Amino acid sequence: MVMWKLLKYMKNYKKEAFLAPAFKLLEALLELFVPLVMAAIIDVGIKNSDIGYIVNMCLLMAGLGLTGLICSVTAQYFSAKAAVGFTAKLRHELFAHIQSLSFSSMDQVGTSTLITRMTSDMNQVQSGVNLFLRLFLRSPFIVFGAMIMAFTVDVKAAFIFVVVIPVLCVIVFGIILATIPVYKKVQERLDRVVRVTRENLQGVRVIRAFCREKEECRIFGDSNAALVRIQLLSGKISGLLNPMTYVAINVALIVLLYVGANRVDGGFLLQGSVVALVNYMSQILTELVKLANLIITVTKAIACGNRIEAVMEVQPGMEEKVHLDAQYEIDAGKLMSEVPAVVFEDVRFGYQEAGADVLSGISFTAERGETIGIIGGTGSGKTSLVSLIPRFYDVSGGCVKVNGMDVRDYPLAELRRKVGIVMQKAVLFQGTIRENLLWGNEAASDGDLREAIRTAQAEDVVFGAKEGLDAYAGQEGRNFSGGQRQRLSIARALVRRPEILILDDSASALDFATDARLRKAIAGLPGDMTVFIVSQRTSSIQHADKILVLDDGVLAGVGTHEELLETCSIYREIYEFQFPEEKRKAAGREVRS
Amino acid sequence: MKKVLRLLRPHGGLVFLSLLMAVLSVVLTLYVPVLTGRVIDEIVGPGAVQFEEIARIMKVMLFIVLITAGAQWIMNAANNRIVCLVSSEVREQAFEKIEVLPVSYLDAHSSGDLVSRVIADVDQFSDGLLMGFTQFFTGAATILGTLVFMLVTNAGITLVVVLLTPVSLLAARFIAKKTYAMFRLQSEVRGEQTALVDEMVANQKMVQAYGQEEKIQGRFDEINERLRSCSLRAVFFSSITNPVTRFVNSLVYTGVGLTGALCVVRGVMSVGQLSAFLSYANQYTKPFNEISGVVTELQNALACAGRVFELLEAPARTPDAEPAKQLPAHPGNMSLEHVNFSYVPEKKLIQDFNLRVKAGQRIAIVGPTGCGKTTLINLLMRFYDVNSGAIKIEGIDIREVRRSDLRSAFGMVLQETWLSGGTVRDNIAMGRPEAEEKEIIEAAKRAHAHSFILRLPQGYDTIIGENGGSLSQGQKQLLCIARVMLCLPPMLILDEATSSIDIRTESRIQEAFQNMMQGRTSFIVAHRLSTIQNADVILVMQDGNVVEQGNHESLLKRGGAYARLYNSQFALSQEEGRTDVPVRGKQD
Repeated sequence: MVMWKLLKYMKNYKKEAFLAPAFKLLEALLELFVPLVMAAIIDVGIKNSDIGYIVNMCLLMAGLGLTGLICSVTAQYFSAKAAVGFTAKLRHELFAHIQSLSFSSMDQVGTSTLITRMTSDMNQVQSGVNLFLRLFLRSPFIVFGAMIMAFTVDVKAAFIFVVVIPVLCVIVFGIILATIPVYKKVQERLDRVVRVTRENLQGVRVIRAFCREKEECRIFGDSNAALVRIQLLSGKISGLLNPMTYVAINVALIVLLYVGANRVDGGFLLQGSVVALVNYMSQILTELVKLANLIITVTKAIACGNRIEAVMEVQPGMEEKVHLDAQYEIDAGKLMSEVPAVVFEDVRFGYQEAGADVLSGISFTAERGETIGIIGGTGSGKTSLVSLIPRFYDVSGGCVKVNGMDVRDYPLAELRRKVGIVMQKAVLFQGTIRENLLWGNEAASDGDLREAIRTAQAEDVVFGAKEGLDAYAGQEGRNFSGGQRQRLSIARALVRRPEILILDDSASALDFATDARLRKAIAGLPGDMTVFIVSQRTSSIQHADKILVLDDGVLAGVGTHEELLETCSIYREIYEFQFPEEKRKAAGREVRS
Repeated sequence: MKKVLRLLRPHGGLVFLSLLMAVLSVVLTLYVPVLTGRVIDEIVGPGAVQFEEIARIMKVMLFIVLITAGAQWIMNAANNRIVCLVSSEVREQAFEKIEVLPVSYLDAHSSGDLVSRVIADVDQFSDGLLMGFTQFFTGAATILGTLVFMLVTNAGITLVVVLLTPVSLLAARFIAKKTYAMFRLQSEVRGEQTALVDEMVANQKMVQAYGQEEKIQGRFDEINERLRSCSLRAVFFSSITNPVTRFVNSLVYTGVGLTGALCVVRGVMSVGQLSAFLSYANQYTKPFNEISGVVTELQNALACAGRVFELLEAPARTPDAEPAKQLPAHPGNMSLEHVNFSYVPEKKLIQDFNLRVKAGQRIAIVGPTGCGKTTLINLLMRFYDVNSGAIKIEGIDIREVRRSDLRSAFGMVLQETWLSGGTVRDNIAMGRPEAEEKEIIEAAKRAHAHSFILRLPQGYDTIIGENGGSLSQGQKQLLCIARVMLCLPPMLILDEATSSIDIRTESRIQEAFQNMMQGRTSFIVAHRLSTIQNADVILVMQDGNVVEQGNHESLLKRGGAYARLYNSQFALSQEEGRTDVPVRGKQD
C-alpha cells in the first residue's frame, strides 16, 4: 500500500497518534469489566441479599462509566488533533509539491485531478485517519478482550468464543470483500449516467436540431438500467450481512447457554457468570458491526490517500541550476550588448504523453530589440515554440539560448524574470486590478502600473471605471470581457519590464484598430525589448523584423513579410486569404511585368 | 409527501412486504432476550438445572432466530429493490422530462445544477426517504415493543429506563447545536481554501511564469492554518457525542442493574428477567439515536425531493400542433412577420421585425459580440417561440409544423461545438444514423476532416472523450461541419466560427461552405468581409435588435450603424495592409 509513505507527515503528531488509541484501549478495558461487575452483583449480592454490596457495585459501575467517559473524550481530542494536524500538513506539502511541478508533469496529471486531490480526497483522508485512530484498535481489542475475559470466567465455555469469532470474521470480511469490487462497478456506472446526462444538457441545441431526443432517452435508459442491475446485486450481497451475523451470534448464544447450563449443573459455574458470558457475546456483535462500517470508511480513505500519494510521486521533472555560473556574472555586462537575445539551435521538442515531436529542426536567432512574428496553422507548434523560451518545457534535442546561455543553466526564477509572457487564455485572479498587475513586479509604483496600462490600451478598462486600479476582479476575472482581460494581461506582463516579451495570440479578442495601436505603443517603449508575437492574423505580424512560418512543427520559412511573400508559398496562401484584394493586385502586377 | 407516495404505489406490494417483515423481525428480536432470561432462570445451581425445559426453550429460540434472520433478509432485499427501482424510475422520468423541456428552461438552469438534480438528488431522496422511513418504522416499532415487553415484566424498572434515556438524547442534541456553528465555520474556511486552490491550480502555469509560487504558498498556508484550528474544534466537539451518549447508556445500565438487583432480592423478579432487562437497556437507546438521525436525514431527503419534483413538474414546451402541417420537400422561402421577442418581459429585444427571404438567398447577420445573433437562431430553430408575430416557411407558420420536421429542414453549425461521447463515425452520422460508410467518408472529406480523422489512433472508430476530449477546438468544428455535410438539409444556419480554425483550413472549409450554400437559403452569422459583401441581405444587429437591413452597397450609402461597423473593423484592417504603420526596429 502506497499510502503508508504519507504517514511521515504524521511526524509532528506522534504523541497524539499514540495517546489516542491508548486512551481508547483504556476505555475499552473498563467496558470489559462491566459484565464482571454485573456477574458479581448476581452471584454475590443477590444470592446473599446484600443490598449494601449491590449498591457499592453499582456505584463502581457508574465510576467505570465516568472514567470511561473521561478516557474516551481524551482519546477523541488527541485523535482529532492528530488527524486534523496530519491533513493540514499533508495539504501544505501537496500544495507545495504542485507549485514545484513542471508544465509537462502538470499536463500529465491534469489540473482538475489536482484540484480534486487537494479538496475532496483530503477530507476523506482526514475522516479516515480520525476514525482509524479512534476505533481501529478498539474494536479488535473488545472482540478479543471479550474472549479473554470469557476465559477468566470459564475456560470450557470460552471455547465457544474461539469458534464463533473466526466465523463472524469470515462472514463480515467476506461480505465486505465481495462488495468492494461491486461498489466500484456501481461507481463506474453511476459516472456513466452522470456523463450521459451532462453531455445531453450541454448539447441540447444540437440534439434537438438533429431530432435525437428519443435516441438520447434510449441511451440514458440503457445506462440507467445497467446501474440498477449492479445496484440490486450489491444490495443483495450487503443485505446478507445482518441476518448472517445475527444467526451466527445467536446460535453461539444457544450453545453457550447449553454449555453454561451443564457447567452450572456440575457446580463449576454460577448463574451470574452465565449472564456475564451472554453479555460478552453481545458486546462482540456490536463491535463487529462497528468494525465493518469502519473498514468501509478506511478503505475509501486509503484509496484517496493512494491517489494523493500518486501525485506526490510525480517528479517535478525539471532539474534546476541553483546558482548562475560565476563566469556569467562577470561577462554579463559585455554579453548584454553583443549576444543575441534568443537563439534556437536545431531544437526538437515533444510532449511527454504524445509520441510524435511537436517541433523539429527549429533554428533561428532573435537579435536584441527585434520583433519576431510567428504564424502558422492550428497545432503547428507556435505556442510550444514560445513556451521553450522561459523553459516551461525542456527541449528533447538541440538547445535554446537566452543572452547566449542555455536556458537550462539559469535558475528558473532568474530566467523567468527576464521574460514577460501573455498566454492565449487571458486570466485575471481574484483581487483588485492593482494586485493583479503587481504580479509582474511587486515593487512597481502606481505610476508604473498606469504606464503599462496605457501601453496595453487598457486605459478605458481601468480608468473608465470609478474604482480605477482598485476595481475588483472576480474569480478568473469573469466580470471582465475577453478583450479587457487580454489587455490587462498584457499590462501585467509589461509591468515587469521584461527583456523578452511574448504575446501568444493574446490580441485575438481585440479589434484590428486596437490591435494596431497596441503594437505601435509597444514598439514605442524605451529600451531594447525583444518581442515575440504569435498570431493568426498576418496584419499583426507583417511588420515584424523577422517572421517565422510554422507548418506542422517545421519552419516553413523565415524572413520579412516581403521576402516571405516571394519565397514562402504557405505564407502567401495565408496572406492572400486574409486580404483577397491583394491577390488580385499581385496578379495584376504579374500581368504587367 | 403525497407525490412521494404516488411514486411508491406501483411497488405497494414490496412496501407492504417490507413493513410486515420489519414488524416480524422486531418482535422476534425482542423476544429472544426473554427466552434467554427463561433459560437463565432454569440454570439455578449445581444439580438443579432443568435440562428438558432448557432444551425445549432452545429449540424455540433456534427456530425464532432463523425466522428473524429470514425476515431481515427479505426486508433488506425488498428495501433495496424499492430504493433502486424508484430512483431509477424517477431518474428516467427526469431525463425524459429534460428532453421535452423548453430550451429556455435549460438555458436558465446551469447544467451542473440539473445533473445534480437528476443524479445526486434522486439518490439522496430515494435513499434517505425510503431508508429513513423504514428505519423510522423499525425504530419506533422497537421502542414500542421494548416498552411493552418491559412493562409486562416489571413496571418499576421500566420507569427507570424511560426516565433516563431522554438524557442521552438531550445531551446529543445539545452537542449537535453547539457544533453546528463550528461546522459552518469549518465549511466556510474550507470553501475559501477550495476557491484559492481552484483558481491557482487551474492557472498554475501563470503562477509559475510570474514566479509567484512562494507568495501563493504563503496565502495557502495562512488559510490552511485557520482551517486546521477550526476543523480541530469542529471534529473534536462533534466526536464527543458518542462518548457522552455511551456514558448515559452506562448510567441507564447501572440504574437497571441497581433497581433490578433490588427487585430480585425482594423476590419480585427473577435473574433471567434481570438479564433480559439488561439487554433491553443496551438496545433501548439505540433506536432513539437512530430516529433523531433519521429526522435530519428525512428533512434533507424532502429538500432533495422538492428539487426533483420541481424539475419533474416544470411546464413542458408547448406540444406540437395536432394535426401538424407538412413542409414542402425543398422549402426555401421564408418570412418573418411583425416578430416581437424578448427573454424577459421587462427587457424588450426584437421588436416588430419583418424580413422576407427568397429561396436560395444568403442572409448575413453582423454585429458586435452579444448583440443577439444567437437569439435569431433560437427563433428560427424554434428553441424559443416568438412572443407575437410569426415566422413562416413557405407560408406555413413554424408553430404549425412538427418541431422535428422543422429542425430537419435546417442544418446548423454553431460556434460552440458539441460532440457526443461515441465514435467519430457516430458523431458524423448523428443526423442520419443509417448513412453508409462511403457517404460518411465523403462528408468528412468535404469538411476537410478526413485527413485528420485518419491520423487518429483508430480512425473513424476512435472514441471521442467527454465533450470532444483530446480533439482540438478546430478539429471539433470540422466534425460538426461534416455532420451537416452528411445531411445536407434544404436550409442552413452557420455561425462562421473563425476563432478556432486556423486560416488555411478555414479557407478550405469556406470553399465547402460555398458549395453547400449553393441553392440553399442560408443564415450566416458573419465575421468575414467577403461573406458579408456577397450576402443578399445583411442584418445589422445591436443590443438584441435588428437596426438595419439591406445589402452592402445600400447600407454603406445609408451611413448608419453598418457603415460605422465596416469602417472601424474592416476598412482599417485593409488600410493597414497597405500603408506602413511604423513598427519597432528598422525595416527595409
